[in-house]
Amino acid sequence: MSRIGSPAELEEVREGILSERDPAKPRVTLCCGSACLASGSREVADSIEAEIAEHGLGDDVDVLKTGCRGFCERGPIVVMQPEDVCYLQVEPGDAPEIVAQARGGQEVIDRLLYTDPSTEQSILRESEIPFYKYQERLVFGSNGSIDPKSIEDFLALGGFSALAKALTGMTPDEVLEEVKKSNLRGRGGGGFPAGRKWEEARNAPGEAKYVIVNADEGDPGAYMDRSLLEGNPYAILEGLTIGAYAIGAHEGYIYVRQEYPLAVENVLLAIKTAEERGFLGTDILGSGFDFTVTVHQGAGAFVCGESSALMTALEGRVGEPRSKYIHTAVKGVWDSPSVLNNVETWANVPLIINKGADWFTQVGTERSKGTKIFSLVGKIVNTGLVEVPMGITLRDIIFKIGGGIPGGKRFKAVQTGGPSGGCIPEELLDLEVGFDELTDVGSMMGSGGMIVMDEDTCMVDVARYFLDFLCDESCGKCVPCREGTKQMLKIMTNITQGRGKEGDLELLEELSEVSKAASLCALGKSAPNPFLSTLRYFRDEYEAHIQEKRCPARSCKELTAFHVDPEACRACMICFRNCPADAIDGARDRIHVIDQEKCTKCGTCFEVCPPRYAAVRKISGEPVPPAIPEEDRTIVRKSKQK
Amino acid sequence: MSEKLLQIDGKQFEVREGITILEAAREVGIEIPTLCHHEGLEPHGGCRLCMVEVEERGWSKLVASCVYTVEKDLVVTTRSEKIDLVRKTILELLLAHAPDSPELLVLAQEYGADKDRFEKESSFCIHCGLCVRYCAEVKGAHAVGFLDRGARREISFVPEIAARECWNCKECFPLCPTSALQAAYVLTKALVFPNADGDSPAKC
Repeated sequence: MSRIGSPAELEEVREGILSERDPAKPRVTLCCGSACLASGSREVADSIEAEIAEHGLGDDVDVLKTGCRGFCERGPIVVMQPEDVCYLQVEPGDAPEIVAQARGGQEVIDRLLYTDPSTEQSILRESEIPFYKYQERLVFGSNGSIDPKSIEDFLALGGFSALAKALTGMTPDEVLEEVKKSNLRGRGGGGFPAGRKWEEARNAPGEAKYVIVNADEGDPGAYMDRSLLEGNPYAILEGLTIGAYAIGAHEGYIYVRQEYPLAVENVLLAIKTAEERGFLGTDILGSGFDFTVTVHQGAGAFVCGESSALMTALEGRVGEPRSKYIHTAVKGVWDSPSVLNNVETWANVPLIINKGADWFTQVGTERSKGTKIFSLVGKIVNTGLVEVPMGITLRDIIFKIGGGIPGGKRFKAVQTGGPSGGCIPEELLDLEVGFDELTDVGSMMGSGGMIVMDEDTCMVDVARYFLDFLCDESCGKCVPCREGTKQMLKIMTNITQGRGKEGDLELLEELSEVSKAASLCALGKSAPNPFLSTLRYFRDEYEAHIQEKRCPARSCKELTAFHVDPEACRACMICFRNCPADAIDGARDRIHVIDQEKCTKCGTCFEVCPPRYAAVRKISGEPVPPAIPEEDRTIVRKSKQK
Repeated sequence: MSEKLLQIDGKQFEVREGITILEAAREVGIEIPTLCHHEGLEPHGGCRLCMVEVEERGWSKLVASCVYTVEKDLVVTTRSEKIDLVRKTILELLLAHAPDSPELLVLAQEYGADKDRFEKESSFCIHCGLCVRYCAEVKGAHAVGFLDRGARREISFVPEIAARECWNCKECFPLCPTSALQAAYVLTKALVFPNADGDSPAKC
């Protein structure tokens, strides 16, 4: 493959690729992002390809295996082109019908279409499915149109045109000004303006400067950066190279978690191909600008997402944070000026250069511009990745896009910002999503985790869970984080296990204050957030746990008991047979009784008891009623009374 | 090297450029407590006992004085309600590990820390890292290091290196603010391991 030596050549190549492609040719597009692969999309792909081969259709039907399309709840996803018909939860057995349709020999396969739960109507096109309809997929959209292993696919969409524009039509200062004007804020955590960070690095003294992609995404349930890097690696390289040009860096790093093997594979291939084609290396696109990128695989410590820890790890040392009284943009990796932005931030850069800051700032709120990708998970109908304009309300994300709470349950809170974010209650559902708006209510944007919780979630236990995560991931270097979070976790665990006592909340608040004020890095400084935000909105739940030994959500095991209501029990034996602990005493026509000593509170009996009886009760904060006397346990059925 | 003017606790001082607040304070005779600082070692910033308040462009913030370099016209406060709360709580957290450490007890008295506030921990080590850093930076031996992370973090001697280096050194023992007990204990345990036949480590 030949090197592309100028913007004119790039345009020529792009036109060449497009001229060879027939937009009317049938194409089966299959999502092969990590989530869909886990749901079996590789097997579906194999079946479709086998079916195509069997019918000798190799020249007539294309198969495109893309990165993540976002609607992970319903994967594997297949989109038929040119009609744009979207099939969900496709199985290998569906391949013959799909291929038959691609050949034009069969009608749309109704059973694989999305059915709107409110209207019961089938929806044909992906863009009309409510999950997609309310999104604005500026950054994430290309994922569905390209094979991440094909540079041609990327070029066909206009890939590297922003790079060409920046390198040959703009000075580094002009690039910097455009990014500053766009008010692009870092999508990885703090929301620091990217342009200001770049400018600081550009102006800092030092021959060697570095640009780095933070792909050490570690928040539980978050996979935005993973999906972008897996699905559109060239776009990240393009953004990074533009950034390097702006600040005067000639070396870049991608710090990616080892646990993201597909991202590593795709980005390594992308770097190799980009070097071969002249988008990386020396004299990029004939501009005289040199830039190389190295992939560094992280060993999986959460704290390495923190900039100074990441840079320390990059240097080959233990990934522990260091004081940042001098910004890493001035003194970062190897004490040189270093710009670190996360994957999504870099992915926004080519768009800003191509379409201009004025275009970019049209979307969003006053202080948060553009879109944000969220990973919508938890007690939500439509789990997946969603890209929404800043300023959309939480209610729209959760109910319009997310489809609300499954099982008719009530929404309780949404946790945003990763483990050190906060829980936002129902009364704030109309909050407009933006960096400062989320911080104002005690949470944060973070990298875009969004965990939805329903009425069965105990907020004290949620806070304990996140604190446990942070305590486990603390590096241990500084005392407030290492010892403080450990003590906080002990107290929180005691509270959820019914050993809470007066003064616990005050002590937790004091430890929070110290950890926030005195910790070395952002992990420790924000570690108290899960506690503080749940205390702010759900203090009554803490008080119920401590004072009444009651878990209002009836979720904390130690504070909950299961009891069979003798009035409701019809002695059907279902719970008896399903109890894994043999804790249920009963027989046919003999009212069942749970042996509280043996009960492990797994909740199986509660789940299996037929709704028409609903005899198993979950109780908390009150004593378990005494067992029914033996002589009253026999049920005399009407049918047998005759 | 040029001089920088700064204010500590209401008094003006001229100090050398490039030094830390902690060094500046010590030079002018103002005491700031630390547990992980050692003049011969790189600043660590781990114990957070040396937190002080600095005012910068009208903003006040808490910083670790051992790693914060002095700037022109910096205004530093070494004691305040907030600083004292941080120090007291840190001491209480550490006293759960080393309730009998004389160094901690003196500071506990100064800051009103209750040594029994938190449940006692099984390890004496307060992770100041003095032994680890001294061994690496001064001796270049790397015979002792940290294992694991967070609350599970422990110091441990590397048996193979320790057997070769430590017997005639032991310079880290007096550095340990929780007395040398812990270091000695871990060392002994580590040294016994490669000499399971009972040989004295001195023969290694």
